[in-house]
Parts: sequence; structure tokens; C-alpha cells
Amino acid sequence: MSEPLLRVRDLSIAFGTPRGRIRALRHVNFDVPKGRIVGVVGESGCGKSTLAYSLIGLLAANAQITAGSITLDGTELVGLPDRDMRAIRGTRIAMIFQDPMTALNPVSPIGRQMTDIQYRDATSRAEKRQRAIDMLTRVGIPDAEALLDAYPHQFSGGMRQRVCIAMALLTRPDLLIADEPTTALDATLEVQIVSLLRELQREFGCSVVFVSHHLGTVAELCDDVAVMYAGEMIERGEVREVFHRPAHPYTQALFECDPGRIKIATRNLPTIPGDLPDLVQVPPGCIFKDRCPHRWDRCDTEHPPLYEARGDRHDARCHMIDPAESRAEVPS
Amino acid sequence: MVIYAIQRLLLSMIIIVVAVSLLNVMLHLVPGDPAVMVLGPRATPELIERTRLEMGLDRSMLVQLAMFFGNLLRGDMGTDIFTGREVSTIVMEALPYTLILITVSILWAMAIGIPLGCYSAVRRNSWLDRVTGVLSVATISIPAFVMALYGVLIFAVWLRWLPAIGAGETFAEQIRHLILPAFAVGVSWVGYIARVVRASMLEVMGENHVRMARAFGLREGRILTAHVLRIAVLPAVTLIGAGVAHLFSAAVFVEVIFARPGIGALIVGAVNERNYPIVLGAVLVTTGIIVLATLISDLVVAWLDPRLREEL
Amino acid sequence: MTDIPTDAARAPSAAAAHARQLSRNPMGMMGLILVVIVVLSAIFAPWIAPYDPNAIMVGPRLGGPSAEHWLGTDHIGRDLFSRVVSGGRIAMLVALVTLTAAMSLGLLLGLIAGFGPKWLDNILLLIFDAIRSFPVIVFGLAVITLIGPSLYTVILVVAITSVPIYARIVRTQTQALRSAEFILAERAMGASTFRILGVHILPNVLGPLLILASMDVPLVIAVEAGLSFLGMGVRPPAPSWGTILNDGYNFIRNSPWPVIGGSLPIVIVTLGFTFLGEALRDIFDPKLRRDL
Repeated sequence: MSEPLLRVRDLSIAFGTPRGRIRALRHVNFDVPKGRIVGVVGESGCGKSTLAYSLIGLLAANAQITAGSITLDGTELVGLPDRDMRAIRGTRIAMIFQDPMTALNPVSPIGRQMTDIQYRDATSRAEKRQRAIDMLTRVGIPDAEALLDAYPHQFSGGMRQRVCIAMALLTRPDLLIADEPTTALDATLEVQIVSLLRELQREFGCSVVFVSHHLGTVAELCDDVAVMYAGEMIERGEVREVFHRPAHPYTQALFECDPGRIKIATRNLPTIPGDLPDLVQVPPGCIFKDRCPHRWDRCDTEHPPLYEARGDRHDARCHMIDPAESRAEVPS
Repeated sequence: MVIYAIQRLLLSMIIIVVAVSLLNVMLHLVPGDPAVMVLGPRATPELIERTRLEMGLDRSMLVQLAMFFGNLLRGDMGTDIFTGREVSTIVMEALPYTLILITVSILWAMAIGIPLGCYSAVRRNSWLDRVTGVLSVATISIPAFVMALYGVLIFAVWLRWLPAIGAGETFAEQIRHLILPAFAVGVSWVGYIARVVRASMLEVMGENHVRMARAFGLREGRILTAHVLRIAVLPAVTLIGAGVAHLFSAAVFVEVIFARPGIGALIVGAVNERNYPIVLGAVLVTTGIIVLATLISDLVVAWLDPRLREEL
Repeated sequence: MTDIPTDAARAPSAAAAHARQLSRNPMGMMGLILVVIVVLSAIFAPWIAPYDPNAIMVGPRLGGPSAEHWLGTDHIGRDLFSRVVSGGRIAMLVALVTLTAAMSLGLLLGLIAGFGPKWLDNILLLIFDAIRSFPVIVFGLAVITLIGPSLYTVILVVAITSVPIYARIVRTQTQALRSAEFILAERAMGASTFRILGVHILPNVLGPLLILASMDVPLVIAVEAGLSFLGMGVRPPAPSWGTILNDGYNFIRNSPWPVIGGSLPIVIVTLGFTFLGEALRDIFDPKLRRDL
């Protein structure tokens, strides 16, 4: 297997706040192979957006990468001077944001915005406009040439997201980061955008990091998936493998809670009991221990590494999978 | 866009009508004979009687108002009590001086205020930002005429660098004579504009489209101009439009202190002589200009921000 | 436009918290000190002033500051310090009366506009905009032409031109609250309009009004001083800061002290109230905007 396009090793990020330092990401290991779509799932606050922003170097001012490395095709991104990082953004890495309603400059026609991002090309303005038209057509916007002079507020939310996707792909990135691109859209639009993304990925061949909290979408779109909880990556592998046979109790619980899976009509929807742990004073041991039905004393003290669950690309951070553990069970 | 402009124009005209009517009504509410008011103390009884008929003082209020506006539309604002000249002529002669003063004042205030506000936003909490902050608050409320007096004291009397009287003859002289007055009128605006620009830039810089622009690796300079400033400057433009009235007030004092010709000097002189037609004419023209300025600033804002073009 | 600050409706302990917040704001504290100095000197002017402000030739003509005359003397030998301190009385009086009148009328009109029928609201808005289109000074001068110059004219003019500013704020708050759910609930329980206005709307509106008023004081004082400077406000020989400045201006080439003396209190007052107002605004509602 060739080298992954993006390699995240032992990444730890902390935010400085008046309350204290929030350790938002801790020792995250994450690979994005070339030409594959990798989903990052987790509930709100698990750190998936922080991970996404760290890849493109757009963390907030009070965020600090305390440890670890992010390599893009061999180039180390952590600690890269601003000018070099800027050279990578919009050429090798592109991003689609969550809220299409505010992602575009409201006072600039979209044609100008789309030619602006091509500013590094030596081509003529007419050529840049043509590329923009072609890409808009490709993402399913009719009458693209006329719409180049339109302003964002004249488009609907779904159309705006398509424009953003067109802009991202216009730069022919090696890596496309999508931060919950369908969360702000309704269900029918979500389906359209997801299938659009799949087509485009096949056509352009870029790698995609798809952040979402919607399991169904990830199942449909992604090749691989990484599950995050409270700042840690607790399971990763091929999407079919992880979703059919989740190894980590949290992932298992997530699926049980998915309303789509409920076969018998019931009054009470299943939930995962307990609350998210405090990330300022991170408790020792397993991060999920307070909410895990299978907890035992080893979980209290020893922080689990990523064990191989099954097959060579499915890992999970749970002591139950430790092959040396006599209590190891293979969850069904 | 055109429809928006027409709507704003109509609204402006309505406002002028209301404002002037108010003033006219006041004229009639005041004890005393309006005809005497208009003619001055030296009028003979026959003249007064004739004017009363002309002004329609024997008719109803509404008719009088209608007559007044009728005259107005014909360009007739009455005649000066003392010289007998047309008020409209006198006012129009004085107007350009005031307009130049106000325009130059606001232009230099913007030329310094906007970049200052920009810089303060981008380099938050730098020493320049802090100094600007304190000085802005300080200069905003100090009245223009106090500034003018200080200007005269320091630069004209003490240092003798700049002239303190008149408007000058040649073009170069006129510029020299404009420096202190424009400074006095504009200085409080520098701080005000800087503050407003700073605040709105900080707000815009936190918005999503700026983040997206960074995500595409656009140069910081380009982001500041096309994505931030273009939007952040709008509140400042609106405020300036709304502040033209204030500028006129400041101009009155500055013209008196520096003995410059202009509407302000005209009004003050007329008030001292109880020369009501001139006062009325000057107030009319001033109000008209202010309403026009508000209209222009609204149009500029609509031109800059396409989202506003759909609504009133 | 603005969020509704509920601070004013809370228990008195909130006031203590706000006072503490103010004490941590250096500019605000400086403003408070300046304001207190000015107000106190205005109240106790007759006892602080060493000389009768109108007594001529108590010192040399246009003499500079000295031990007997802290700010020097003007062109007919009157003690500037005494005049300035007495002028403070006039300024504070004007500010107090004007702002009280403007706030009351503005409150009333704003409540009517916000709570009453739409057509009334539209008419009032139109009148407000019309008044705001007039520069205060120009309007004031026009009125003065009609009624003649005097202190009362000044008060009248400034009050009338300030009303729209207050009325607008009150109107906005009232409108926002009018359709708030708890108001609807009260109505459903049969509360009369007066009760709603008095108990719910009024406290929420008073806070921003007072902040606006404190930031308006410099403007009011500037207008009074300005009109007096032009000879159209307080009649000389009354020692308004404006008249002191006018005298000083006429003799500016002979001595800078009358101008300095007359302008110093204006600067102190405007700085004081502006700093204080800004600090108050930061504490209570940072989003409160003020038109010039």
C-alpha cells in the first residue's frame, strides 16, 4: 500500500480559556490514503472540527498544537511558517464549510470570488471565468454563465453549498476537507450534495476528509471512518467493517442510538447515559469509562492504546480487544 | 437599485416638507405679526398690510403653507429686509464656501480615520490602537468651536504659521485658509470614524466568509480590502451621512471664528439683525442639503452592499 | 436594534455589582471623578468663587494666572476663576433641565409610538426624522430669531432637538417588548396597558435612557456654550462659559488666558461625562449605539 497522503501522528491540541486549558485533542493518530474518502464522526464537542481545522492550519488564536505532527505527502505542516502554509491552502488543501449561508462574501459577485481564488494562476481572466463556469455547471448549477455576476444572497442554501464545492474543487486540491457540509441543509439537499461529492471525488481523485455527526451519510459516502470521542480517536477502519462490527463500546452505543435502527416502536429513544468528561482535568484511564457498560478496573487506571480489532486496518481503543486480555470478547 | 433610489428620494422630499412646515408653523405661533417679522421693524403700515395680503395671512393656515411652498418651487424665498436682494441669491452665494469647508473636513477625517481604524483592528491592543482609542473618546465630544479656538491660539497667534481670518483669494491662499477651519470641523470625526471602523472590522473579521477566504490562501491584504473593509466601512458611511447636520452646526462656529464667508456666517449675521427671510432661506437650504446628504450616503451604502438593494 | 437589558429590573444587589465593575474601569473612574468635581463645584459655586463673577477691575486687565487670580483676569479685570465656576452652574442647570425635559417627552412619545397604533407610529417617526434633519445650531438660531435670545430659548431648542434620540430608543425597546411573550401573558390575565407600561416596559427602558443622557450632557453643554459664544444664549454679563470664550476670543491676541480658562471646564466636563458614559455603556449594554 502506498504512502498515505496525510499522516497525523500523536496530535494534541489545547485551547487556552479563562477556565483553564482545554485539552481538545489528545494523541490523535489518523491517516488519509490517497484517493479515499475518510469520514470523521462523533458527537458535538468531540474535537472533529478541531481536527479538521488543524489540517488546514486555521485553528483559533487561542489554540495551540502541543504535540504531534501532520504530514502532507512528506511535508510537515505543524510549525510551518505562515507564508508556506498559505501557499498550501487553496492549492493542495481545500475546505468546505458547514454553513453555506455565511461562507461566501456577501458583497462580491460569485464570479469574482471564483476568479479570486485562482489568483496564483498566470492565465487570463477570461480563462479563469471559463473554468469557473465549467465547474459551476459540473456541480449542477444551471445557467452558470449568467449567474457569475449574481450575489450570494440571490442563491438558496443548497445552491450556495454547491458554489462552495465548486470553488474548492476549482483549485484541484490533493486533499478536500469537508466540515459537516450538509448539517445546515435539509434531508433532500443532503442526499444531493452527498452524491455530488461522491461523483466529484471519483472524477477528480482527491482525498476527502468528511467530518459529520450523521452516521448514515458517512456510511453512504466514505471508504474509511474514524470515530472520535472527547478528543480522542477511539476507533478507525474501513467503513463497512466498523459500522457492521463496531469494536468500541462507544461506537456500538452510537449505532444502538441511531433512530433508523430501531425496529420496534418505542416511547423512549435509547441514549448513552452520563455526560462528556471534563477536558481541563482529563481523568486517567479510558476516556469513555464513565459511560461504558463494560467497564472494569483496568479501564480506571490504564489509558488504552489503539489495539487491532480485526483485520489489519480496524483499530479500537478498548482494553477488551487487547489480545493479551483474558476478558477479551469479540463483540457481536 | 433605481427603485430604491426613487423611494429614498420621495421620503427625503417628504421630510423636507415636514421640516419646513414645522418652521413655518412656528412663525405663526410666535406672538406678533408674521408680516412685521418678515419685513422688519422699519416697515410702514401700508407695506405691512400689503405683505399680509401677499402672504395670505388673512387666509387659513393650510392655504398659507401652500402659498409658501408654491413660492419655494418657483425659487422665491423672499427678499432680504435690508438690501432688498433675493434671498435665494444671497444664500446661493454663501453656500459654496460652507460646502467646501464641510467636504474637505470630512474627506480628511476619512482619509486618516479609516486607515487608523483599520490598523487598530488588525493590530489590536498595539500601542497605536490604545492611544487612538483614548484620543478618539477624548476628541469626539470636545466641541468644534473649542477646537477652532485652540487652533487659532496655537497656530495663528502663537506660532503664526496659519491664517485665522477669511477665506483667501488665490487658490493656494484659499487652501492655506482652509487648513485650520477644516481641522477644527473634522478632528472629532477622525476619532469617531476610527472607532466605528475598528469595531465593525473586528466584527467582520470574525465572520465565516473571512475564514473561508483564508482557507483558500488568499493574501491577507486582499482579504482585508475585499472581504473585510468593504463591509466594515458601511456603518461609517451611514454615520457620516447622518452626521452632516452636526457638520453644519460646527461649520457655523468655525465660519464665525475664522471670519469665513458661508451659510453659517450668513445665518449668524442675519439673526443678529432679526433678518428673518435670510434665516428662513438659509435653514431651508441647509435642511435640503442635509436630506440630500443622507440620501447620497444611503445610496452609496446600497451600492456597496447589494443585499440592501432589495429593501427600502 | 438593541437587546433588552434587564439589569434595571433586577434586585438592588445588581447595582453593587455594577458599581464594582465601574471601579475596575480606569477611564470610567476618571470620568466619575471629573463629573463629581464639576457637579460639586457647580452646586457650591457661590462659596468656592473667591470674587463676585461680575465685579469688574478686581484685578489687572488680562492678567495671567497668579496667586490671587488662579485663572487670571479678563479684559475688564473680572476674576476668571470665579466666572468659570459660576458658569459651571449655568451649564449644569441647562443640562439638568434640558435633559429632564427631553427624556420625559422622549419617553412619553416613544411609549406612544411603540405601543400605539401603526399610523401614529409612522407620523411620529416622520416628525422625529424631520427634527433630526435640522442641525441643532441652525434650528436654534432660527428659533432665536423668532423669540429672541435667552437662556430659556436655548433650553427649549436643545430639549426639542434631543427628544427624537430618546424617543427612538424608547420606541424600539417598547416595540420589542410589546410582542414579548410575557407581555402577552399579562394581557391574557387582564393587565391594563398602564400596568404593563409601568411595571414591565418602564424599568427596561430607563437604563439605556440614562446612559444616553449621560453621554448627551457634553452635547447639551456644548450647544449652550456655543450659542452663548455667538451672543445668542445667555445674555452677557452672565458668566456662561460661552460668553467667557467670546470675550476671550475678542482679545485672543492679547492674552490666551480667557480662552484657556473658558475652554478648560468645557473640556473637563465633556471628557468626564464621555468617559463615564462609555464605561457605563460597556457595563450595561455594549451594543448601545449613539447617533451624533
